[in-house]
Parts: sequence; C-alpha cells; structure tokens
Amino acid sequence: MNRFRAFVKKEFYHIFRDKRTMLILFGMPIMQILLFGFVITTEIKNIKIAIWDKSKDEVTQRITNKILGSSFFKLVKTIENEAEIEQAFKKGEIKEVLIFESNFSKKFNSNKSADIQIITDASDPNVANLIVNYTTAILYSFTAFENANIKMPMQIITESTMLYNAELKSVFMFVPGTMAMILMLVSAMITSIAITREKELGTMEILLVSPLKVSQIIIGKVAPYVLLSLINVLTIIFLAVTVFEMPIVGSFMLLFAVSTLFIFMALSLGILISTVTSDQQTAMMISLIALMLPTILLSGFIFPIENMPEILQWITKIIPPKYFISAIKDIMLKGSDFQHIWKDVTVLAGMTVFLLLVSIKKFKIRLE
Amino acid sequence: MRTIFFILQKEFNQIKRNLFMLQLMIILPVVQLIVLANAATMDIKNINLAIVDRDVSTLSRQLISKFEGSPFFTITYRDFSEKEALNQILINEADAVIVIPENFQKKLIKNDKAKLQFSVNAINGMSAGITNYYIQSIILDFNKKIISDWKMPSSELKNMKSINVKFQHWYNKELIFNIFMVPGILVVLVTIMGMFLPGLNLVREKEIGTIEQINVTPIKKYQFILGKLIPFLIISFIELTLGLLVGIPLFSVPVVGSFLVLYGAALVYLFAVLGFGLLLSTFANTQQQLMFLAFFVLIIYILMSGIFTPTESMPDWGKAINAINPIYYFMNAIRMIILKGAGFYDIRSQIFPLLIYGIIVFSLAIFRYRKTAV
Amino acid sequence: MLNNRDIVINVKNLTKKFGDFIANDNLNFEVYKGEIFGFLGANGAGKTTAMKIICGLSLPTSGELTVAGYNIYKQQDKIKANIGYMSQKFSLYEDLTVFENIRFYAGIYGLSLKIILRRADDLIKKLGMENMRNTLVRSLPLGWRQKLAFSIAIIHKPQIVFLDEPTGGVDPITRRQFWDLIYDAANEGITVFVTTHYMDEAEYCDRVSIMVEGRIEALGSPQELKSQFDVQDMNSVFIKLARG
Repeated sequence: MNRFRAFVKKEFYHIFRDKRTMLILFGMPIMQILLFGFVITTEIKNIKIAIWDKSKDEVTQRITNKILGSSFFKLVKTIENEAEIEQAFKKGEIKEVLIFESNFSKKFNSNKSADIQIITDASDPNVANLIVNYTTAILYSFTAFENANIKMPMQIITESTMLYNAELKSVFMFVPGTMAMILMLVSAMITSIAITREKELGTMEILLVSPLKVSQIIIGKVAPYVLLSLINVLTIIFLAVTVFEMPIVGSFMLLFAVSTLFIFMALSLGILISTVTSDQQTAMMISLIALMLPTILLSGFIFPIENMPEILQWITKIIPPKYFISAIKDIMLKGSDFQHIWKDVTVLAGMTVFLLLVSIKKFKIRLE
Repeated sequence: MRTIFFILQKEFNQIKRNLFMLQLMIILPVVQLIVLANAATMDIKNINLAIVDRDVSTLSRQLISKFEGSPFFTITYRDFSEKEALNQILINEADAVIVIPENFQKKLIKNDKAKLQFSVNAINGMSAGITNYYIQSIILDFNKKIISDWKMPSSELKNMKSINVKFQHWYNKELIFNIFMVPGILVVLVTIMGMFLPGLNLVREKEIGTIEQINVTPIKKYQFILGKLIPFLIISFIELTLGLLVGIPLFSVPVVGSFLVLYGAALVYLFAVLGFGLLLSTFANTQQQLMFLAFFVLIIYILMSGIFTPTESMPDWGKAINAINPIYYFMNAIRMIILKGAGFYDIRSQIFPLLIYGIIVFSLAIFRYRKTAV
Repeated sequence: MLNNRDIVINVKNLTKKFGDFIANDNLNFEVYKGEIFGFLGANGAGKTTAMKIICGLSLPTSGELTVAGYNIYKQQDKIKANIGYMSQKFSLYEDLTVFENIRFYAGIYGLSLKIILRRADDLIKKLGMENMRNTLVRSLPLGWRQKLAFSIAIIHKPQIVFLDEPTGGVDPITRRQFWDLIYDAANEGITVFVTTHYMDEAEYCDRVSIMVEGRIEALGSPQELKSQFDVQDMNSVFIKLARG
C-alpha cells in the first residue's frame, strides 16, 4: 500500500509540475466558457444594413427610425440603385437591404397598403432567416401601432412562454457541451497521450516489472486526471451560475454524480486508446479526430441532433457525450430527477464498463 | 535555391515514409467534410408538438389541422392534460405545447378576442426562436383566414393599414445551411493541417536532435523554415482541391466566384497560418506541449471565426480578438468568393490583414527560431 | 605529421558564462592543420560548451576566435561551410535511407549532383555498405550508423571536423574501426577535433588538452603529458589532474 501511495504521489508531482500544461488545462475551460457566454452567440445584434428609400417621406422615416431603434440593426449605407446592392453584398459591407417603394406614405395612408422589399445576403442562411424574422416583427408592430384605434374582429392573442430559458440565452446550450468537451480533452485525450508517452520512453516496462499490480498502475496514472477533471467541472459550473446566471434547477449531487460517471467513461476511453497506439502522435490524431470533432459536432452540443440526416442520427447514438449533454441539460435547466435521466445514465455506465473490459483484455494481451 | 531543393527532397521523402500519416492527412478530412457538413445544420426539419385542446370546437379543430398540414410540425401528443403535455417537454418527447383554452371559439366570435397559449422548450435559444416564429406565423395565417371566412369585412377593417413585405434571399435562395457550412468546414480542415503539422515536424527535429546537425551546416534560417513550410503548403492545397472536388458536387454548392481568386486568397491565408504554426512551435520543446498549445489557440480561433455564428453580434472585445484571428478573415473571404463571387478587389479588407499577419508571424518565427542555440 | 604548422583554430581568452556559472574560463589554445586534437575532460568540465562555441552553435561571452581562418563573430556562414560536425546525439534522419541521408547532407553543402553521386558511391563502398544503400537508417545497427554519420560529416571535405563523443555506447571493435576512419580523414588533411572520455582514445590523438572545471589544465602530445606527470598512461594523467 505504501508503495502504491508513493507511486500516486509521483504521478501527481509529475503532472502538476509542468506549469505550461497546467495553465492550459485550467485556463481552457475558463476561456471557453467566457467565449461562449459573451462572444459566440447565435443571437443577432448590430447587423449592418442598407436602406434604399425611394420615397423619403415621413412614414418611411418613422419606419427607419423604428428599425434602427432596435439594437438588432445598424445602418451603414444608403443605396440609390440596383448595382450598389450587389456591390455592397459582395464586399460584405451589409447583410440586408430594405427597399421602400416610391410614394410610400401616400400608398400607406390612402391605399392602406404599401410595399417594402427586403433583400438579404443569404450566404449565411441562418442570419438571413433571423434578419427577415426580426424585420417583419418590427414592421408588424409598427402597423399594429398605426392601427391601434381600429377595432379588430376575431383577434387571437398569443401568449408564448419560453420554458427553461426565458431570455433565450445561447450560453445555456453551450455550458453542458463545453463540459463534455473539456472532460473529453482532459480525461480521454491527455490520459491516452500520457500513457503512450510512458510507453514511448520505455518507462512503462519498468513499472510493469515493479511489484505494483497492473490495476494499481492504471489507477495511479489516472488519479491525477480525475482530480483535474473534477476541478474543471466545478469551475465550469461555478462560472455558469455566477457569471451567466444559469440555474441549477435539479439536484447538485445528481449533476456531480453524472459528471463523475462521464469522467470515468472518458478515462476508460483514454486507456483504451493508449492500449492500441504506441506513439504520442498517433494517440493525438485518434483523440483529435475520433473524439474531439464528434464531441463538438455529433453530440447535440451546437447542432440539434433531430435536424441531422437519419444516418447521422444513428451514428450519434454511439457518441458518449450525447448522453452526458442531454442528462446535464435536463438536470440543470429542467430539474429532472434520476427517473427522467436513467436511460442516459445507464447507457453511459454500460459504455464505461464495456470500454474498461476491452482495455483490460487488450492490456493483458500486450503483457503476454 | 539548390539548398532549398535538397531540403524539400528530404522533407518529401520523410513524409512519404510515413504513409499512414499521409493517408490520414489526405483522406480523413474529406470524410469529415462529408459527415460534418451534414451534421452541422440549423435547418429545423421537424417540431414535435403537444396540443391540449380544451375547447373541442370547429375552430380549434381547424387550427389543429393547420398544424397537422404544415411540413414543419408533427403532433406527438393530443389530449386534455396540460400537465402531461408539459411533461412531454420534460422528457424530450415534445418541443412545444399549445393550449387551446375552453370557450376559445365562443370568445373569439362574441368578444372578438381570445387568448391562446403556447410554451416552447427554449434550452436551445436559437431553435426556440425559430419554433416560436413558425407557430406564430401559422396562428397568424389562421387568424386571417377565419376573419375572411366568418366576418364580412367591416368598413372599419377597410381602414386598416398594412405593409406588404416581400423578401428575396440572395446567393442562397432556399436558405440551405450546407452551402454555408461546406466552405467553413474546408477552412477548418485546411487550418488544422497547416497549424499542426509543420510545427510538429519542426519540434520533432528538436526532440530527436537532428536540428543541431542542421545548425552547424550552412543552411540559412529562412531556408530551413521554407523547407518545413512548402511541403505542407502543397499538401494543404491538395487537401483544399480534394475538398472542393468532393464538397461542391455532393452538396450542390453554387460556385459563383472564380477559382483563381479562391486559390490566391488561400495562398495568402496558408502563408499566414503555416507561419503561425511555426511561431507556436518555437515556444514548445516537445510535441506534446505544441499539441496543447496549438489545440488551445485553434479552438478559440475556430469558434470565434464565425463558422457557426454571426461575428457582428460579438461585443467589442470579441471583435478585437478577431482582428488578430487569421481564420476569421479567411472564413469571410472564402464564403464571399464561393457564394457571392467576390473578386480580389472585394476581399481586399480580408486579404491585406492576412498578408500583414503572415509577414509578422513569419518574421517572428524566423527571429525566434534561433539558429544559434544559447 | 606536425611539420605543417598552419593554425586552423585559434582560441584566445574564450570565456562563457551562464549567469554566475563560468562554463569556460579564459581558454587559450591553437589547433594545427591536419592534426587529431583530443579535447578531454570529465562530464561537466565544459568541453561540450566550448566545442559548441567553436562550431558556431552558440556565442562566447568574451574572447577572440578564428576557425578555418574566419572570425567567429563576423563570418559564421563561412565557418559553417568549412566544418563538419557529428554530435553524441544521433544526427542522421532515421526515416531516410542511407543514400538519401548522404544526398541530403551533401546537397546542402552545395556539391553538384555529379559529385554527390560519385562521393556517395565511394563512401558506401568504403564502408562496405553496398547492400544497405536503400536501407532505412532506423534499421542499421548503432556501429554502422556512427560510421555512416562520420563519413557524412566529412562528405563535403571540410577543413575541420568536430566529433562530440563519437564512440559513445559502441563495442571496442567498432571503436577501433571508427578510429581507422578518423586516421583516414586526417591523412586527407582534415583536422579532427574530438571530445571523448575514453582515455585509451586519447592515446590515438596527436595532441590532447584536458579540461577541469572550465579551465584547460594540460595541453600537449600524449607522450609529453605522460612524461610531464611521470605516469605510464593517459588515464593516470587524467586522475592526477582531477585530484588537483
């Protein structure tokens, strides 16, 4: 036991000594959460637009003011002819052009109907879609205000509630995803690289001939990463709650337990990768390509799984972070209990056991 | 010039020796392009709807059939319990719940006003916004239709002013997300190659010790660095070409711009990125350190580049970071060229910063890579 | 052999400090053309530091140096073109073949393709490696690699070749073969500057210098040193010096 304690101590010392790596490992989650919270947003704000006002009258001025009064749009250009539109789009100066037809106020006040044409730069289709939605909503509220004195028949008044995220903050979506990504990085990628490094340097053999048991060696190797990962989980949750006011509706203990389970899953994955590779570069390539990109793109982190083609939806079923992200979201935002997320938890637990069994088998083969 | 030739010959021989890595470098990114461009979609194809109809009237049924008829909605739950309907959201079986209250039809006809409530699972704010918009527009359509069906237009109604909004989406009429993502993912793939590999290669010579041998030869700093750079520049171009050859037909990306401009911009960009990777490599003594460092920087740069999200919406300090983010400039440029047909003149405010960036990181890399070790 | 007294390395008052630590303390010596100059010292005595300065891998804190007639501060490029170097770290590319390594190093010294091919053939023949021409260096035994590394270090026929503990880790027979190569090089007029801690190898040198704690404590031919310290072999010279 003493021997084991000394070994674990050495492993901790080994990892926590490399200041540069430490800085990256602790700095990365903080940096990413801040970026996702403040910078990477799917909301639109300050979108640059141009206006082609063919009538330049009182009504068009009021509409323009109303549109620019929102924080969504910023007028950067006025346009006088068709050719200018194309030019401005090509240079990427603007994302939308608003065209008022001529005699706008006359048509609006006397004919009761006037045309506005919206042209968007749909090379970014999401933004184009949002721009149209926002612009129409503003125009709609403008006409509603103009018609305030008219009694409307059969009005359906909708009341919508945005459940779990009333302000539609995108950071709520990104917190669970960032957690998954960091844990995959620290627990799976770095563990696999650390163990292969030991193999490359030949020090693994020395450990294997020592009186330590194989299981003790593995536990000693991964223990520091478990600690690191747990610290990262707490950091991310702390930032999410304090800086971005993300609620933890469900039980904190459950949240912590699920995170720990995921850490073990990731560690088993890391150990498995290290048993099939012999050098660091290959371990890194496998981790990067087989773990990081699917974690970002196929887990529902940024892109909803429901929208993917069917084949990809099937593939996502073998991506562990998918289950983790879904469980974490449910616990934090919906306040789900264990009975709601038991499926996700069971799959994760099953994956962990499976990966461990395979690694142990591979490890033994290697020893024989 | 002759020296560079021999250096290049050596580098290519070494790359050729590691065939596994070469295949990994060439084939995997293309596979990823295919998978990822499909995965990265914000297009909402299906919204699962739970409907609680407490009114059970002609109008409520008509409204429900409106939702049934829409290609965007699937009604997965239809009953009387609002609690159970909300639970459907909790267990992820439904994305939104619409509650039609009792006396909906009666109030609508008698009071000319009736309330309708709906709730959207807003954990994904972006999807929730779109779902909200779709539900609102179906209700609005329905509202217009019943007004014309049930009530004679009153004289007052004739006084109602309206604005007709017509919209046109240029460059991507049907708002297909793949078209937007393919160039973006191409940038990422080429960048990973350019940022990691030349640097790893250089650090490897440090680790093995061959760099010392090189340092006592008459090879100049710039020659050695060019030797690391040119092979990966060529491989990156092959990568880009392969990506374009596969991606364009597969996702029917409409190429409006010229390939000459595209490759010209790519050359400037790769110069900057490769230089940046080499600069990072001068801060690392082992390949492991370099991987962490490059990975850290790469993730930040990619996410901030506007690959998924609009960069205009960022706060000022985010934009300030982007000013030194080469991926941001090229992300913009490649989309402008491919999708909008921008020429060199149009993308000058992307190209000049990249050119300056490239020159600076290169000078720094050569300066920091001390041929004379201390 | 020492008739020719042309000076190819001239070191005057060379000092190298790392912070407070003085690695080289005011070294003064000359190396003559065509001789085998042994640079001896215990580990940490400062011989590798001094050698790196002389080859232009690092700059001295102070002192005047000329190598192959060129000034170390102003004409480093000229120096580099006129020296060869082989370090204790293995310096060939393991993932290139024997021939590819030869071609690469010969190429970067500016030899023409015709000369490269001819010298590569000569070299391979001389080492008896005809059937290993296209073998990856990775799969050569250590002794072969070291002989190859040395031959490549002098492929451009430099004025001086620097060898940093070239025979570390190889068996005595291979070491003997390696020294045959060194003699051949010296016979061709290449000055050999070699660091070693094998005292029997010191006997093979024309002159040796012995460094202790950053200073050169003894300099002369093995014969001179042995009589100066009144001992039978170089090992005893060394032990006497080390004990102070």
